[in-house]
Amino acid sequence: MTAFATDEVAKRYGKRWALHGCSLEVPAGRVVALVGPNGACKTTLLHLAAGLLRPTMGTVTVLGGDPARDLALLPRVGLVAQDMPLYRGLTVLETLRLGRKLNPRWDHEMVTDRLLQLSIDVDQKVGTLSGGQRAQVALAVALGKRPELLLLDEPLASLDPLARREFMQTLMQTAAEGDLTIVLSSHLIADLERVCDHLVLVAAGHLQLSDDIDSLLAAHRVLVGPRPTGAIAGVAEVIDEVRAARQSSMIVRVDGPIHDPRWAIEDVALEDLVLAYLSQARDQRVRSLDVVGAAS
Amino acid sequence: MALVFRLSSKSGVSAYLQIANQVRQAMLLGVLQPGDQLPTVKEVVGMVAINPNTVLKAYQLLEHQGLVEGRQGQGTFVTVALPGPSPAQQATLRRGLDRWLQAAFDAGLDAEGIVAMVEDRLHDRAVEDIA
Repeated sequence: MTAFATDEVAKRYGKRWALHGCSLEVPAGRVVALVGPNGACKTTLLHLAAGLLRPTMGTVTVLGGDPARDLALLPRVGLVAQDMPLYRGLTVLETLRLGRKLNPRWDHEMVTDRLLQLSIDVDQKVGTLSGGQRAQVALAVALGKRPELLLLDEPLASLDPLARREFMQTLMQTAAEGDLTIVLSSHLIADLERVCDHLVLVAAGHLQLSDDIDSLLAAHRVLVGPRPTGAIAGVAEVIDEVRAARQSSMIVRVDGPIHDPRWAIEDVALEDLVLAYLSQARDQRVRSLDVVGAAS
Repeated sequence: MALVFRLSSKSGVSAYLQIANQVRQAMLLGVLQPGDQLPTVKEVVGMVAINPNTVLKAYQLLEHQGLVEGRQGQGTFVTVALPGPSPAQQATLRRGLDRWLQAAFDAGLDAEGIVAMVEDRLHDRAVEDIA
């Protein structure tokens, strides 16, 4: 089953096109890294999935329905927006009571148990909690509605390393219980590498990659050797190339075994793969700007 | 919980192999015995904050190697004993190693130098075995 899909989705804010022809599919049960530089359109994609935005063109499908029109979907989708918005003047317990009032499938026992385990005092005002505790409360509230799709916008950005690990431990324990698809956005893949099994990479409003991470790693290699003069058997596409005078190091997408002895072949690290696609996307943008410049 | 997993991001070894190796080491040291249950996936990810599928992959590898067995709805259990030194032998070896380490430190070797020397000797012996 597909948890989240977009078909030729584009989004315009006023005169500016923010997202262009984006088609992707996220199978249910995955933990998805939504990665891209600032301004890549990550938040737009998450808000489209949550039904907060409607696409200008194309269709968004979440758990089989249209999130911007189908109200029955609302309780099944959780969104933790950037900076974890909570009412700072409410106590933790008041926040949870609010959650219970607003959500038909609210699991009060699970949420209070979770916060108890983390030694968070439910009588404390949200505004007086540490950043890490506030993030845990925001996560607990989002999980309290028992969503089938949980969207988290830059959840780690404001957390220190210890709070990050605790946040991820909680999140992965929830993932282990099953029946939940999680999408986490970040501009750093390193933050998400260990927890995610699916990558969606966006740059400047264009989708670069959307695939299972193990399949991506299996389909790419690093080649180190002489600068290539022609096609290399087994290489479908050169994604990125770093050239020195006599040597070049390439990240390539493969479509078969590479037997050419002139190149040393290595596995590619996920972070390097992401950087290669981002730099390819940037070069293509620069070239398309050149074409526009030459035409005018 | 019988086991504590720790993951290094510097080793370059993928997370699922690190988990599988640590289970195997625990079996070699006798920390895990036949019939013992491995930590559940939820327990492991609560410890090391990784994708649950990574733990499943590690356990599947161990199952494929015939070391553990997944039982439907119950968990994963150790099925064999790996031949390793007895606790008494381990203690003796550990004491001998401590004495050697002290001598190495006294001689001015640091931790890095010691590891290099051990790896070097292991490598030499492996070569001698082949020859």
